[in-house]
Amino acid sequence: MAQIRVEHLRKSFDRFTAVQDSNFTIESGSFFALLGPSGCGKTTTLRMIAGLELPTGGRILLDGEDVTFRRAAARDIAFVFQLFALYPHMDVEQNIGFPLKCQGMPRREVRERVGETARLLRIEHLLSGRTSKLSGGDRQRVALGRAMVRRPKAFLMDEPLGALDAEFRQLMCGELRELHDRIAATTIYVTHDQHEAMSMADHIAVMNTGRIEQIGSPQEIYDRPASMFVADFIGSPPMNFLRFESGLQAGDRAVRFRDTSVPVPEIHEERAAGPLVLGVRPEHVMFADGAPMRGRVFGAEYLGTTQIVTVDTEQGRIKARMSSRIPVQVGETLGLAFRSERLALFDAQTGLAIQTASYGGASHG
Amino acid sequence: MANVALRNVNKRFGHVEAVRGLSLAINHGEFVVLLGPSGAGKTTTLRLITGLERPDAGSISINGRDVTGDPPGSRDIAFVFQQYSLYPHLTVYDNLAFPLRSPARRIPETVIRKRVEQTAELLQIASKLGNRATRLSGGEMQRVAIGRALVRDPAIYLMDEPLSSLDAKLRAELRLELKRIQVELGATILYVTHDQVEAMTMASRIGVIKGGELLQVGTPREIYENPGDRYVAGRLGTPQINFLPAGLIPEVAMPAGTETIGIRTEHLRIAKANGGAITGRVHRIERLGDQNHVYLEYRGQTLVTLADPHQPLEAGQDVELQLVNPLYFDAAGRRLMATVH
Repeated sequence: MAQIRVEHLRKSFDRFTAVQDSNFTIESGSFFALLGPSGCGKTTTLRMIAGLELPTGGRILLDGEDVTFRRAAARDIAFVFQLFALYPHMDVEQNIGFPLKCQGMPRREVRERVGETARLLRIEHLLSGRTSKLSGGDRQRVALGRAMVRRPKAFLMDEPLGALDAEFRQLMCGELRELHDRIAATTIYVTHDQHEAMSMADHIAVMNTGRIEQIGSPQEIYDRPASMFVADFIGSPPMNFLRFESGLQAGDRAVRFRDTSVPVPEIHEERAAGPLVLGVRPEHVMFADGAPMRGRVFGAEYLGTTQIVTVDTEQGRIKARMSSRIPVQVGETLGLAFRSERLALFDAQTGLAIQTASYGGASHG
Repeated sequence: MANVALRNVNKRFGHVEAVRGLSLAINHGEFVVLLGPSGAGKTTTLRLITGLERPDAGSISINGRDVTGDPPGSRDIAFVFQQYSLYPHLTVYDNLAFPLRSPARRIPETVIRKRVEQTAELLQIASKLGNRATRLSGGEMQRVAIGRALVRDPAIYLMDEPLSSLDAKLRAELRLELKRIQVELGATILYVTHDQVEAMTMASRIGVIKGGELLQVGTPREIYENPGDRYVAGRLGTPQINFLPAGLIPEVAMPAGTETIGIRTEHLRIAKANGGAITGRVHRIERLGDQNHVYLEYRGQTLVTLADPHQPLEAGQDVELQLVNPLYFDAAGRRLMATVH
């Protein structure tokens, strides 16, 4: 398995820039997700790495070797489009062996390779069976086996679970990550689904309008989003944004939020007075009787362990996630407080995060 | 608005029993959700209430009046489908006014205007009334479709997965809106879905249906905290409740006949291993941002629990497991009540 390195990668279609200037390194054996809404450039990036699209600028290195202008077939990369699409008229063994048969590999060797792949995926007992009888998880294994059997240097996957319903998709995410742990293949996974990216990837690149907004581990991206776009895209419900005007002093441990003082992690930047945004994750909102911020409960959504409470305040609609044991009445007025050590601050004009003690060195893309 | 009651309703298509002995009372102003997988009999139940299907046995009454043999038109029901099914050549206004303009109703145009405007206000589409139905976003189209049911004042609204064609963000938004509108109007709604989140967040009561049979009816909290059988216990909750063969848990007093123990993810506590009897190994940690799902191996079984994302834990680590409020099930999957603690 190989390291994949992308340097100043760009792609324009006529006047439209699909990918602006991407830089990242995916270590050998790592699971890397490209996450973003449709049209953000994630699939174009993947297609350039696969060799299905030629870049307008920049380089792609596979294990240090420049493959930027090499044909797709000569890159030794497996592109998996749909994990559930199998040849229905072939049995499992024929499905997995098909790419090797196409290469003209002798039958005995094909058998050996298929056997080895099946052992790794723990589907040896299925080899002589029909694909139509397989469970979802087994179909996924067979499809992956068909990609693995060529021993590629990396797997590229473009929304492979997109067609599944939510509950089954969650299950398949778990399966796919477990397979990854076993075969440790360098994987680039494109998705618009934050849950898929969060639950499977070692690192995530969040893309927006052709730019990488942030690269980091799932927890880093969740805890220290580099921009309002990332903060809004990751998390369900997304982060609450509360707009206000203020200046900032380095060393401050509170911001002047309208008429009240809200404690925040120590600020590391100077700012002239201007529009700012306080970012609060729903699980960091608490009810507090005496709190100066008041709101009226618009709705309470029971989810078993937790509930999501939607509160209308003068600062806008705020969503809170809390234990479902906490009693809430729709229509009641209550006070809101925030877990100060977890708050984020953004520049409302650029949308970028303001550096605070909780951020340290979050990277901008 | 009114009460709707089904009593011992059966419906068979060929050799498939779509609905079996179904009894359900929907009270005035209630939001009842039928939750079940496809093929469970949800849509058939709705069609039986509308009169689009006739039951083979049992009765259906609306407001105490037996309507089992009545034609659909006389039942005073509004139906919202999964697909928007708007009239593409009409404006939003005319789409909303359409059900009121039926010649049989003879409603004056001024009354219609008032009703349409009120409904549009309620659904926050007042600014779109002049638009063609096709020039709307998906969320707006579904609002209009719901609005077309709301302009009337029927005995009951029947809704068949009306949010399932929308994307996740919009669905979350409309869930909240629909619940607000239902409370504001005091509307009686029977809503069917396979989505447990829709059921839990909107329902006054949930009916869990499977194979044409209603397994349990109760508030979301009752269904979640007090499931009557193993299937119902597994139906609500993400990640799903853990099930363990009873024999694998030593030293826990359980009711006689217990075959399976169910432990909700939040009721499976983990602590540093210190040689206790119930020790598992962390297999995999799934990060969701606000919390982690921790997959554990215990005697060949996989269990899931929730953990704070900042709790130090890693794969391969041994941890002590503690079961809080376990649920007990017999060999047939029926719930057994704990008599000892």
